[in-house]
Formats: sequence, C-alpha cells, structure tokens
Amino acid sequence: MNALLTEPFLVSLLFGAVTAGLPLLLAGLGEQISEKAGVLNIGLEGMMLCGAYTGFLATYHTGSFWLGFLAGGAGGMAVALIVLLLCIRRGLNQIVIGIALTVGSQGLTSLLHFVQFSRTYPRLPAAPVLALPLLNQIPILGKGLFSHNALVYLSLMLVAALTWMFRSTYLGLSLEAAGNKPAALDAAGVDVIRTRSLAVLATGFLAGVGGAYMANVGAGLFVPFMTGGAGVIGIVLAMLARGRPLWVLIGAALFGASLAMTTALQVAGINVPTDVVQMLPFAVVMLVLVIFARHSMLPPALGMPYVRGER
Amino acid sequence: MATVAALRKVTKRFPGIVALDGVSLEFHAGEIHVLLGENGAGKSTLVGLLAGMQQPEEGEILIGGKPERIDSPRRSMDLGIGAVFQQILLVPSLTVIENLMLGGSWLRPLARAAALRRFTELSALLGVSLDPDARVSGMSLGEQQQVEIMRALWRGEKLLLLDEPTSMLTPQGVADLGRMMRRLREQGVALILITHKLLEAYEFGDRISVLRLGRVAGEIDPERLRTLSEAERTEAVIRMMFGEPAGEGEPAVEGEAPREGHAPREGHEKEVAILLGRKLHDAHAGNRSAPAILSVRDLSTTPDFTETALHEVSFDLWAGEVLGIAGVDGNGQKHLAEALAGQRPLRQGRITVAGTDVTQGRVPERRQCGIRYVTDDRLGEGTVGTLSVAINFLLKEIGAPPYWRHGIVDWDLIHRDAREKILRNDVRTPSEFTPIGKLSGGNIQKVLLARELDAEANVAILNKPTYGLDLQNQRLALDRIGAAAARGVAVIVISTDLDELLEISDRIGVMFQGRLAGIVDNDDAAPDKVRRLMTGAAA
Amino acid sequence: MTAREPGEGAAMTAGEGGAGATATVLRVLVPVVLALIAGGLILLVLGKDPLDYYGFVLQRSLLRWGGAQETLTRMAPLLLIAAGLIVAFRAGIWNLGGDGQFLLAAVASAALAPVLSEVLPRGPVLILCMMAGALVGVLWSLIPALLKARYGINEIITTLMMSFLGTSLANVLIKLVLYDPNTTVPQTRSLAVEDRLPRLFGTSIHCGLLLAVLAVILVHLMMTRTAFGLKLQVLGANRAAAIHAGFRVERLTVVAFAISAGLIGLAGAVEVLGVWGSVRADWNPALGLLVVPLVFLARLNGYAVIGFTLFFSALMVGGETAARRVGVPQHYVLVLVALLLLFLALVEYLDQSRRKRMAMKA
Repeated sequence: MNALLTEPFLVSLLFGAVTAGLPLLLAGLGEQISEKAGVLNIGLEGMMLCGAYTGFLATYHTGSFWLGFLAGGAGGMAVALIVLLLCIRRGLNQIVIGIALTVGSQGLTSLLHFVQFSRTYPRLPAAPVLALPLLNQIPILGKGLFSHNALVYLSLMLVAALTWMFRSTYLGLSLEAAGNKPAALDAAGVDVIRTRSLAVLATGFLAGVGGAYMANVGAGLFVPFMTGGAGVIGIVLAMLARGRPLWVLIGAALFGASLAMTTALQVAGINVPTDVVQMLPFAVVMLVLVIFARHSMLPPALGMPYVRGER
Repeated sequence: MATVAALRKVTKRFPGIVALDGVSLEFHAGEIHVLLGENGAGKSTLVGLLAGMQQPEEGEILIGGKPERIDSPRRSMDLGIGAVFQQILLVPSLTVIENLMLGGSWLRPLARAAALRRFTELSALLGVSLDPDARVSGMSLGEQQQVEIMRALWRGEKLLLLDEPTSMLTPQGVADLGRMMRRLREQGVALILITHKLLEAYEFGDRISVLRLGRVAGEIDPERLRTLSEAERTEAVIRMMFGEPAGEGEPAVEGEAPREGHAPREGHEKEVAILLGRKLHDAHAGNRSAPAILSVRDLSTTPDFTETALHEVSFDLWAGEVLGIAGVDGNGQKHLAEALAGQRPLRQGRITVAGTDVTQGRVPERRQCGIRYVTDDRLGEGTVGTLSVAINFLLKEIGAPPYWRHGIVDWDLIHRDAREKILRNDVRTPSEFTPIGKLSGGNIQKVLLARELDAEANVAILNKPTYGLDLQNQRLALDRIGAAAARGVAVIVISTDLDELLEISDRIGVMFQGRLAGIVDNDDAAPDKVRRLMTGAAA
Repeated sequence: MTAREPGEGAAMTAGEGGAGATATVLRVLVPVVLALIAGGLILLVLGKDPLDYYGFVLQRSLLRWGGAQETLTRMAPLLLIAAGLIVAFRAGIWNLGGDGQFLLAAVASAALAPVLSEVLPRGPVLILCMMAGALVGVLWSLIPALLKARYGINEIITTLMMSFLGTSLANVLIKLVLYDPNTTVPQTRSLAVEDRLPRLFGTSIHCGLLLAVLAVILVHLMMTRTAFGLKLQVLGANRAAAIHAGFRVERLTVVAFAISAGLIGLAGAVEVLGVWGSVRADWNPALGLLVVPLVFLARLNGYAVIGFTLFFSALMVGGETAARRVGVPQHYVLVLVALLLLFLALVEYLDQSRRKRMAMKA
C-alpha cells in the first residue's frame, strides 16, 4: 500500500491520466455540442481516427505539432462534413451513417497508412512541453499536472469557455433550442440546419484535435485503429454529462486515470493485469447508470432530422 | 386606412392538392381581419406563406405596397410580421426571456438589458404580467400563449397573425385575448385572426373573409358588418361557406357569386349548428333501468411531467349514455382516458365494469371487458404509420384468432377482412396495403373508430374525436358515436369544444386540475354551468 | 434511410416499395456497383489496380474450391449475428454489444467443451456447449435489457459499455483462470479436432453453417409470419402505439434483447466449436459491429442478409491474402462496406425524393 503513495506512482498516474484523458475530454466536449443541438454523432470514433492520421501526417512532414493539431481538426471536420451533408441536410439516419463513417475511417486510415508506410511505424520526436512556471515546482502535482503540452491548458480553458457559451450567448440558446424544440428555433428565424451544421463541424474539429493529440503526443506514432473506443467513451461522457462541460472534464479525468492506472501501478512495482484495470471505468459507468437509473438525460429532439413545415 | 399587407392571386400547391387558389386579400392597420373557414380551407397555408414557411407558386405578396419574397421566418419577422401558431413553439427548458431572445446574431453577446426593456414595453402594450425568468415548462398554456404573442411582436408590430388561438383557452383566457387584440388594434397593428368559430368571428372581427376550398368565397367589410343583424350575418356567412341560397332574407353577400352547377350541400344544418353552438341534441339519460355499466371510484394517478394527474375522480356511467368531459386541455383528461383504458396504473381507486372489478388489469384485461379507447394522438399512439391499413385495423388484436392460429398469421384472411372494413367504413385509401400514415386525418380516424367501436364494445372512451378534421368527417365521427350509443355502448367523449359536447352529450362532466369538478345534465342551463365549472367555481 | 428507429426504416421500405421485384433488385444492385466503382477509384488513386484486386478476391474466395469452403465457413458466425441483429433492430433495440456477447460466449464454450468431452460423447457435448454460449450471451445482455425496459435508459451506451467490459473480462478469464498451462500463449484448453462440430459431406465446412442459415430463415419467418414478430415490429416502429395496443412492452424488450444476444452468443460458441477449438487471449474478431452495416444493407430482410453476408465473407477471405499478393491491406474491405452503406443511403434518399416529386406532379 505504501507503494501507492510514492512520488513515482502518483506522478505517473496524474501524468498518464492527463495524457489519456485529454482526447476523451475533447471528444466528449465535441459530442456534447452536437448532442445539445440534437445531433447524435455515432461517427465520433471515425472523426478522431481521421484526425489522428491527418495530424500525424502533418507533424511528420513539417515537424510542427501545432500544425499537427490543426490538421487533425481538419481531418475530423472532413468526416463531420459528410454527416452534415447526409444527415443534417438530407435527413438520412444518423446512426447508420455514423457507423458507416466509423468503419470507413478505420478502413481508410489503415489503407492510407499501409500505402504510405507499409508495415513500418515511424515515430515522431517528443512533443513540446509547456511547463507552467511556479506551478510546476509543486511536488508531485507539478510534474503530474503542470508539465504538459500547451493543448492541455487550452482545453481546460475550453471547458470554461463552453460552459459560458452554452448559457450566455445567442449561439448557446440556439443550440439548446435546436436540440430541444427545433420548430421553436425555426419560428424565431434561426436556421436550424445551419445551427446543427455548425455544431457538427465543431464536434469534428474537436474530435480531430483529440485524435491528433492521441497520436502525436500520447503515442508519438500512428497505428491503425489506434483510437480503440475513445470515440465511444466520448459519446458516453457526453450523454452522462447532461449538457455540463464540467462533468465531461470530470468523466474524462476519471477515465484517463483508470487507463493510466496500469502503467502507474507497474511503476510502483505492483503488477495488476491490464485487463482488470481496463474494466474499471466501464464497470463504474454501468454502476452509475444502474444506481441513478431513473433520470432521463437526452434532449428530446436527439437524432431526428428537422424538416420545416413538412406536410 | 393603410394597407399593411396584401395577397394578390396567390396560389399554393402541395402534392395532390391545391391549398390556395388565386387568393386575393388585403390587411389594414388598426383592423382585426378574421379569416373564417373550416379545416382544409387553406387558412393555415395562408399563415404559412406570410410567416415564411412556404412560398407561393403563383401570385405575389405585398408588404407595405411592395412585392416581397418571404422565404424564411427571419425574413417574415424582418418585415414586421409576427405569427402565433396553433402549437406553442417555445423551448420548454429555457426561460421566458431566453425564448424571446432567441434569434439574435451569434456574434454578439446576449443583450439582456435591451431584451428586458422590450419585454417591459410589450408587457405594458399587451397588459400582461409575466416573470421573465420563469422557465416555460412550468407555465400554463394561457401564459405560454402570451409569451408567444410577445415573441411575434418582438421585432416590430405591423402585422400579427393568430392561428386558432382560442382552442386551448378558458373562457377567461379568451376574454383576455380579446382585450389584448383590441389594445393592439388601437395601436394601429394589423391583426389577422384565423378561426372556424363563427361567434368568435363576430365578437372580435372588424372584417370577415370566408375561405372555402382554397378560394376566397366572400368578404364582409366593416361597414356591412356593423349594419347587418346577427341573422343576416350568419346567412351571409353560411352562403359563402356552403355555396347555396340560405333561405329567407336578402342575399347580403359581397364577393363572388355562388359557383355554377354547384349542388347545395345536404345536411349542412348540423355544421351550422356546430358553427353557431346551437344545440340539436335531445338528451336522454341512457338505460337507467339497469345498474351502471361503468363505475369509477376515487381514481387517482401519479403525477408525471406531461399532464395533470387525477385526484379522486368518481362517477357512474350507464349503457347507451353519452358522457361528455369538458375542460381546458391539460386538466387531467389524458390521465383519465389512459387510466380507464388500462394504459396508466392507478395510485388509488377502483374501476368496475358490468360488476367486475378491473382495477388491477391493464389494457388487454380492460379490452376483454369491453372497454375501448380512441386516442387523440392518432399517428403518435393510435396507429403505426409505417404499417398497412390492414394491420392497423387489428393492432389491438395481434395474436388473436381467427387471424392468428397458434401464433401463425393468416395474411389472406386479414387482407380480405380489411378490404371489407375499408368499404364498409368508407376509408379512402389506395389499398389495404397502404401504410396508414399516408392517409388523411379523417380517414385515419375512420379506421380508429371502426376498430374501437366494434361489436364487443361496452364502454368507449374517445379523446378529442373530431380534432383537426374537416366538417364532413367531424359529422361522421359524431354520427358513429351516436350510433354506438344507440346500440347500447356507454360512451365518454373528451373534448375541448364545448359546442360539440353540448350537441351529443346526455350529461357533461368538467375536469379541473385533476378533479371532476362536477357533472351536469345537458339541459338548457348546461352551457353556463359548465363554463363556471371550467373556471373552478362551483356549478 | 430517413427513419429514426431501425425497425421503422425496414417497415417503411417494406410497405411502400416501388413496383415489385425489378425495382428492389435495382435498389440493391445500384449501390453495390457504385460502391465497387468508388472503391476502385480509391485504389487507383493509391496506385493499385482495382481490377487486379477484385479479380484476385473473386478467384481466391469463390472460384477456387478451397477458398469457397473458407468463405462459406466464415459465414456461419456472421449469419448468426445477423439473425440476432435483425431481431433487435426490428424491435427498435440498438444492440451494439455484440462483441462482448460473442467473446464471452466463445470463452464459455471453449472452457466447457474439453471438460465435458471427457465424460460425454461428441453430440451432447456440442449441444450443451452451444446452449451454454447462447445462455452466456443472454446473461450478458440482461443488464442493458432491464435498464432499457424499466427505466428507458439508452441501450446504445449500455450495450457498448458492456461490450468493452465483456472483452476485457474474457481476456481476464483466459489469462487468469481458464488457461491451458501447457501453452506459451495464454489460451483455453484446446478441443480436439475430432470433437469439434462435424463437417458437412466431406468438405471442410462445419455444420454450424447449416445452423446459421436455419437461424436466419427462422428469424425471417418469425418476423413475417408470427404474432410475436409483428409485435416486435410494432414496438420498433412506434413504442407509444405498442403501449396503447396493450403489449407488455417491458417483457417484449427483454425477450427481444435476449433472443438477439442469445443468437450472437451462439455465434461465438459455433465459431469456437467449429473452427478454432480454443480461444486465445486478446483475440477479438470484432464481428459484432461489422455485421451492423450488412444488416442495414439487407434492410433487415433475412434472405437479403444471406446474400450480403456471402458477399462480405468473400471479401474478407479474398482480402486477407490480397495484402501480400496485390498490395492492398485487408482493411480496405472496411472502406468498401462503408461506401456500400453510404451509397445505399443515398440511393434510397434519391428514390424517395423522386417519388415525392412525382406525387407533386400528379
């Protein structure tokens, strides 16, 4: 038990939690924007994967990590664009298209990686770290929480920004209306399609950046299928968070911690099988659901395409 | 008086029907222009055009004298047009002021102070007092409608459209609405009031235009309206609505002459009666010689988010009797219907049918005792839109012989019987295989009525059976209900249309806040008693 | 597919339908052809010859007897999973937990089989193990089923969560409890070849395929000919109407879930008992989600599912070796499936708007 309170373990855990949790945070926040507006983005995993690939390529060829993040965002947005065109504008079934996009992204990125790199997995140099002055001197917390790539701090600010945006801007009101009662938004003169399109693109961007971070910073390389369910977790986080970005942060942190737990335990010299530890977060989610079973948490217009005044 | 808006030879088509055909109308500032017509006459389409939901195929719309293309709700609002539709279009999870602020440019921060100023301004104009920070989901329908009117006037008060605004209001609410409309009129706002109720048209209208089958059948200008007596007005309107000489009295119709070769509509007296609220019914008390076939004691249900729960409702019902249930929408009627049908579990109370206690049973057990339920939500609950008419006829009998033997289906039998039912009930459908969602509301209702008012029915509960139907189908539904009662079925009709209840009921009960406020016999004193009960006062 | 619920979409296309058989065949063939062309274009862009690839796949998977057998063998688990998904989707239940259900069932039967083989003859062993597999699948779906039936909790989340849990749990069981001490790589004790599912008529195809085809046909018949199947359709198309009609909706939900998961569990058992004989750690063919697009492509119709599964199976078998021979990795198949789905959705959308426009002119 003493081994758990040592610095190596805690630092490893904290650091690992942030690294693993950040993609989940971004994906979850992105999905939250979509869900608020009434769009169920099952293709989130595909957006993350495309972002991971394009982000990796960009950094691989230019050496710049920021370009990598941007390229990742663009990759995610490309997938989101398809959702926009087919589901938002044409009203095709969001779940079916989402699955198609995930499967397609998995296939496409694997294919492209194979064609470009065959069976090699080139590595990127270590990502730049922005150690926050003073804060990173704090024992344990300093190395665990405050010595990360700048994207981490930006993402935390994003949580605050989104919280403010949802409740205190016209855009936030429009998103809520689009997800809750799109006919009301339409009658108020706001283009529902445009609102949802914007939401979906934002989701794609954030998911793509999350994927790029996963590849470039988290792993340092791209492996086909590397997102391994992160998109699914993002969807779950958004659904459980009930429209509050802070809850996505908490959820992402918890998930990240459990994902980082195995390595941290190894550092502490304790060998618990990866699989057991990996089960933890999912078991916790199921437990939470079973205990708090009574609450319904999704906006009423979720998943339904909006058609104005259809006869 | 300035012409705020005008339609010139406007035509609008939908798949299979011409909703508006060469309509020309003018709307003036400081005038309440009533558009009268039955369901399907084209009134809502007209609203849709002015509100930017649809565009006309032919003709033009002029705002302030200039032809305009209103291609979106935003454009409509920019032109100073505000529309209040039949359904409340507010976001329930947002507050009043947030709903009103909806529509601002995304790039600007929330201008709450300015919004509050406008809110206060409009509150004064309309003479209402609401809490801007109240969440819409917690407000009454009347208050929500006030917010809707505010929203319609938010960007500018030139033209206000009200589409059937009184269907969900209490008599007090209707009076308040009337007051608001007059205030706006004094301010020079042009108002368009859409309704199918003649009395409302007289009460509020300065000018009345009658729409029939997509055309303007006639118009009565303010001058004429003032000079005509009620009987003359009614005659004029009847003539315009039904296209035939009304009987004695001078023809006092402006506008088009009745069409050539147009046979007089048979039996329109009953429609007129519905329009005017005249009672045609000879009340009879049902078969009181036998004990009550349905006995309800202390029925209470658990409250949920959607509707008001029941609170200790008790009554008896006799075979062959029609019990009307009046009351403003949302006072427990839905719970009552669902509780009787077996869809909703009871928190407390007892239900007895023909002596058998059925309280514990759910829908299948209730049906076995002869209880039938025609829901108001025809497509959302009563049928499965994507399945065929044939299957929908049997929706509540799936698995039962003779159509299913040991669980295996006999499609031939089902379709043969369906064809016969379609003929017998005059259901207009391409075939028995057609998905029922494609049928018109009236035909769907025919299927529902045929399904529920079958030979084994003992007690039939009908929730808003004529809602949204044109007059002919309304007539048909009421006839079928009357026929069922004559056969000995005990009928409960829930409706927000008091006139309709007065026509067909033997007794009328009133729901108020989940309780049965009282039951009165349908005699001459009934209308007043019922109206008082609806407000919560004693009869 | 403009429906919101899976059951709705299928019912909608079944009810409307353009004119008869030709139209239906066209509606299926056109997306397939378009997808093959689009996929071919992608290959071209990447510098590969699509005709080479398609030709190779066709030859390897169907035209050679060895390949054809393998293709058919692969179909067995796919068909069983498809049958399970048809039942769930028709009932409006998004059972996305197939992977977990499959894997746990596989592990269960893999663990049970060698033990039972020591005391019972082959027939009963196989039957018992298949039943065990199905049962495990059912049990693993119980929590999501009850949560949905009683509290309306979205089953997309719960089944996906249970799937993750299931795959991890399967690995834990193999690595810690059920492993064969004689092997280096953790895996369950292997079932001797002669104790596995019998082969058909001297081929290498095990009789699990027959079982699978039977399952699909039975499911189809159930959905179209029985009262229970119709009730599931009603439930999937309009839940409020199901309540209104007096169905025991909670019970129906749980039963549909159970049938679905049971069939998927059976797939896992069949795959182990017929092909592998044991389960290696970290083995996850992830068929549960892959079959979803196939089921949609077939519009939840049993017979069409068999056709699409054959197509997909051939792609998989051919695609595996294509990586070495033609330089196209196996994952390309995923791209094809995705393209198929997208084109199918598009074609159906165009078809519907064409019909709407024709109705306007009428």
